[in-house]
Amino acid sequence: MPRKILRLLALAPLAILLSGCKLVVMSPSGDVALQQRDLIVASTLLMLMIIVPVMALTVFFAWRYRQSNTKATYDPDWHHSTRLEVVIWAAPLAIVIVLGAMTWVSTHLLDPYRPLDRIDASRTVPEGTQPLVVEVVALDWKWLFIYPEQGIATVNELAAPVDRPITFHITSSSVMNSLSIPALAGQIYAMPGMQTKLHAVINHAGVYDGLSANYSGAGFSDMRFKFHGVSEAEFEQWVEQARASGNTLGRPEYTELERPTAREAVRRYATVAPDLFHAILNRCVDSTKMCADEMMRVDARGSMGHAGTYNVAVREGRDNGERGRGPAQTYVLAICTTSDPYGIRQTAAAQPTQQVN
Amino acid sequence: MTLDPEQTSFLFGRLTLGALPLHEPILVATFAAVALGGLAVVAALTYYKLWGYLWREWITTVDHKRIGIMYIILALVMLLRGFSDAIMMRLQQAIAFNGSEGYLPPHHYDQIFTAHGVIMIFFVAMPLVTGLMNLVVPLQIGARDVSFPFLNNFSFWMTTGGAVLVMMSLFVGEFAQTGWLAYAPLSGSQFSPGVGVDYYIWALQVAGVGTLLSGVNLLATIVKMRAPGMTLMKMPVFTWTALCTNALIVASFPVLTGVLALLTLDRYVGTNFFTNELGGNPMMYVNLIWIWGHPEVYILILPAFGVFSEVVATFCRKRLFGYTSMVYATVVITILSYIVWLHHFFTMGSGASVNAFFGITTMIISIPTGAKIFNWLFTMYRGRIRFEVPMLWTIGFMLTFVVGGMTGVMLAVPPADFQFHNTLFLIAHFHNVIIGGVVFGMFAGIVYWFPKAFGFKLDPFWGKMSFWFWLVGFWVAFMPLYILGLMGVTRRLSRFEDPSLQIWFVIAAFGAVLIAFGILFFIVQLVVSFMRREQLRDLTGDPWDGRTLEWSTSSPPPAYNFAFTPVVYDHDAWWDMKKRGHERPLQGFHPIHMPKGTGAGAILSALCVAFGFAMIWHIWWLAAATFALTIIATIVHTFNYNRDFYIPAAEVAQTEGGRTRQLAGE
Amino acid sequence: MQAAHDAPLGEKPVFYVTDGHEHVHSGDSTALGFWVYLMSDCLIFAVLFATYGVLGRNFAAGPTPADLFDLPLVAINTAMLLFSSITYGFAMLAMEKGKQSSVLLWLGITGLFGAAFIGIELYEFSHLIHLGATPQRSAFLSSFFALVGTHGLHVTVGIIWLITLMVQVRRRGLGVESRRRLLCLSMFWHFLDVIWIGVFSFVYLMGVLQ
Repeated sequence: MPRKILRLLALAPLAILLSGCKLVVMSPSGDVALQQRDLIVASTLLMLMIIVPVMALTVFFAWRYRQSNTKATYDPDWHHSTRLEVVIWAAPLAIVIVLGAMTWVSTHLLDPYRPLDRIDASRTVPEGTQPLVVEVVALDWKWLFIYPEQGIATVNELAAPVDRPITFHITSSSVMNSLSIPALAGQIYAMPGMQTKLHAVINHAGVYDGLSANYSGAGFSDMRFKFHGVSEAEFEQWVEQARASGNTLGRPEYTELERPTAREAVRRYATVAPDLFHAILNRCVDSTKMCADEMMRVDARGSMGHAGTYNVAVREGRDNGERGRGPAQTYVLAICTTSDPYGIRQTAAAQPTQQVN
Repeated sequence: MTLDPEQTSFLFGRLTLGALPLHEPILVATFAAVALGGLAVVAALTYYKLWGYLWREWITTVDHKRIGIMYIILALVMLLRGFSDAIMMRLQQAIAFNGSEGYLPPHHYDQIFTAHGVIMIFFVAMPLVTGLMNLVVPLQIGARDVSFPFLNNFSFWMTTGGAVLVMMSLFVGEFAQTGWLAYAPLSGSQFSPGVGVDYYIWALQVAGVGTLLSGVNLLATIVKMRAPGMTLMKMPVFTWTALCTNALIVASFPVLTGVLALLTLDRYVGTNFFTNELGGNPMMYVNLIWIWGHPEVYILILPAFGVFSEVVATFCRKRLFGYTSMVYATVVITILSYIVWLHHFFTMGSGASVNAFFGITTMIISIPTGAKIFNWLFTMYRGRIRFEVPMLWTIGFMLTFVVGGMTGVMLAVPPADFQFHNTLFLIAHFHNVIIGGVVFGMFAGIVYWFPKAFGFKLDPFWGKMSFWFWLVGFWVAFMPLYILGLMGVTRRLSRFEDPSLQIWFVIAAFGAVLIAFGILFFIVQLVVSFMRREQLRDLTGDPWDGRTLEWSTSSPPPAYNFAFTPVVYDHDAWWDMKKRGHERPLQGFHPIHMPKGTGAGAILSALCVAFGFAMIWHIWWLAAATFALTIIATIVHTFNYNRDFYIPAAEVAQTEGGRTRQLAGE
Repeated sequence: MQAAHDAPLGEKPVFYVTDGHEHVHSGDSTALGFWVYLMSDCLIFAVLFATYGVLGRNFAAGPTPADLFDLPLVAINTAMLLFSSITYGFAMLAMEKGKQSSVLLWLGITGLFGAAFIGIELYEFSHLIHLGATPQRSAFLSSFFALVGTHGLHVTVGIIWLITLMVQVRRRGLGVESRRRLLCLSMFWHFLDVIWIGVFSFVYLMGVLQ
């Protein structure tokens, strides 16, 4: 019977789910992703409590009350039952209340902005642990990872020691992307001029897939990278490997990197300009541009009056390759002073910029 | 804009011969096919001398029944285009492994998935929904037409105008490569300087005007033009869902108009609403577009729910269970649909409390939705079920949609969504609810009301074939996508590196082929039914033993719908009339006041399309000219006071007499 | 029409309106329909207000409301619009009394006030642009020009509509059609006035007070 085939087809995915074969969301390797997995399973089971009876009743009623079955009761004017209505509204409501409570709690506990308080189900984060900070820039169409503590950077390759909390600071150079490493933790958007954060930890060594989960243009399909979960020793080795490359990532190199290209091979940088991420985030890698945080501070103090109509310049639009060149762009000029003639902020401890949240 | 790189001429703007896709074989072949097909249609119309008929009876008609039919025809034609896009995507994703680039470079693939989404939502689902509401609602409430018949015609042609612009982008220039919602800053002039996003904007603005006016129209109709005795709580459920849908249209489409206008300003004038510089905020775009976007999906699903309510009651020969709670559920869904929009971007980092709030409101919406499903279930309970094709679609819906609803609730948990967002799990979910809900509902409605519109039923055998291929095809095409989502695969990819994914894409492609047969058999159904129409003829006007007022008219109804306005006493007014032995009045006819057809709607829409085209290609003189002409034509139209006429009583008597004979079986 | 349960036993209820009176007249729906459309238009303004609310402090180190807004000029502008609403009200009163020439006079004055409003606004805009405070300069200016400009566009459309109606009233007198249309324009005109009060308060006054 066709309906039996339908039921089997519906159950097949469930069977595969349970076998856990390569369903990375179902068998992740990071604690955050693991908790997310548990939520998914719980919500599925809760929903199945409604869905399965509904589907079963649908099939059963369709079969039992078919016109040719004259044995079944026919009650054409029965159209109301308060008791039944109560059940119909109350049962889903009960499920939603449970799910809602779970949602409230888990959304706060698994907030990407919230620093981790546990390494896995059995271990909390030890006192005084410094998370590994990684600054992430979504470029067209590759990923740049800057390790401020270690002073190195890589393109299209990420590594982190197992069981050490990681804090990602994420931005984008051009359009909206999304940093996604399904084995590690859920994704979060990477947005130009804004910084998002993700806290995660990898519990098992391995090589995991990373990608962008928000369409960003022609090279989007190639925006992949590998994330290596490694031991502390291997991590140090990996950092050394970057240092050995001898490449520098300063503003000119970054400007070159920012051009739209796809299928970039892994690249490593031994030194990174200290304020580079701040400049990327505030869209002032071109040092003649006013940084966005400076702009916001100026605005908050009442801006620059009529002089503000003169402090702009124009440069040519972005080259999108096949998709053409954008129109000329206006930008606000950086404020120069005698001690800072190029308007570059020299202080290493730049203030946090326009954060999302 | 001094360093503007654009090549323009005064006469043609930025339109050059390079805009024609002469070097792309697929497009050249498509154009050849379309041109040949178009020529064939034109030749046939000329040979059978049907131009006058076409103009008088269809292009200029203000009859809601004809306009409803035209909407549905538009939708079915656009379904072929939107589905072609789908097949192309499935094929590409099934083969682009192991270093293979597939056959579609990103430049094309990205246009295809954008066009697929835009066409399916705006030019298939919306016209289907609007068409059914137009066809059915005035009949269900005992009215002669909608409140504003001319506006109805104008709305239809504006929708068609939008479709024309989208289809034009296939052959002149290109379409957007941004996804169907064209997020900024990717859709801004800096990252998408070409004509693609402009086609997108103007097609949607033109169609959007049509939709908004249609919403105003049907809302006023339902509020003002119900038959005496039909209080709100005695309206058919389909009319209730139409009321809520049109309220949603009126309260959400202006937001789309606004946000697209702001994007237009960014692209044409250089403003900074959604740019990365000078204070712009792309997150504002995301919020605004989804404040429209979420009510939009309820606009699509509510009429489908209405169809199911009618179909279940009719084919179970039983009064709909829980009418009052159905109405309340619909209204609650309508209101709640405004406070869930953020669930489309939990990953944008709004913070835990905001995310949790919207997650919970999203879950709450599932409660009235679930109540509706239960009510249909308990209508079946102790009914006498006939498995005519509309009922098959309904049962298919009940089994399919609930899975989509379940995955929707799963997506509504923000931390879970952090894994699922933009993956194929999401794609599977929304296709699950849109195909399982909207498409199945629209097919059920089309088969159900087809006899009313055309006077003969659709062939049941081909209807069942179409149904089964759609049902099985859907499951085979989309269940693999749930699995792929759980494997961490994101959407909108044109090639892959992991070979273990391929088998799932191949299965999905096979499912798409099954659906293709479903569509083919639907077309076969139409053709066969037309050929066998005498055998399938509906002589009584009530081929299903229906319950609502539309079944009291002939099939098709006369232009004036009802010779005498019915008086309503109860739910299921027609069932009530049949049970209590109503008698059709056979004399005492009065002249009937009717609106006149007019070409103004088609002409104004054509001018708007020309304006859109001019704006897209930066042909400023043409834009100014068509804009001015549109204003002038509108003003001229307001000077036309000759908009109505009376059908003489004798003619009414003649028509009604014809029906009397038909009912007597001659 | 009796309710079915009122019918005496044995008597069938009346299922059709047979007396020939039109149950609904064309034009019954116009006021409701126009009102619904107007509310949808209000939503567009809501989007523009929201955008101004979010982006209105993003000066991009450029000029601010305090630098740009000429409140005395805006006060005159506001007065023009408010007067125009009053004079339209007079026109409607004259319409109720059926005095065609009065209607035309008051409509004309309304149009003149409206044109003055637009003229002053165009002057304000050109002055700002001349200063370099263009819509392209910052998100604040973009949203300012969009909101105020959209309102101005609506007023312009209203004036064109008003002239058209004056011609129609002159030609055909104050028939049912003309009255309906005057009523719709009345709703439109007063609605624009209300929106302007929002603009005036939220954009101009609050902008300068920062």
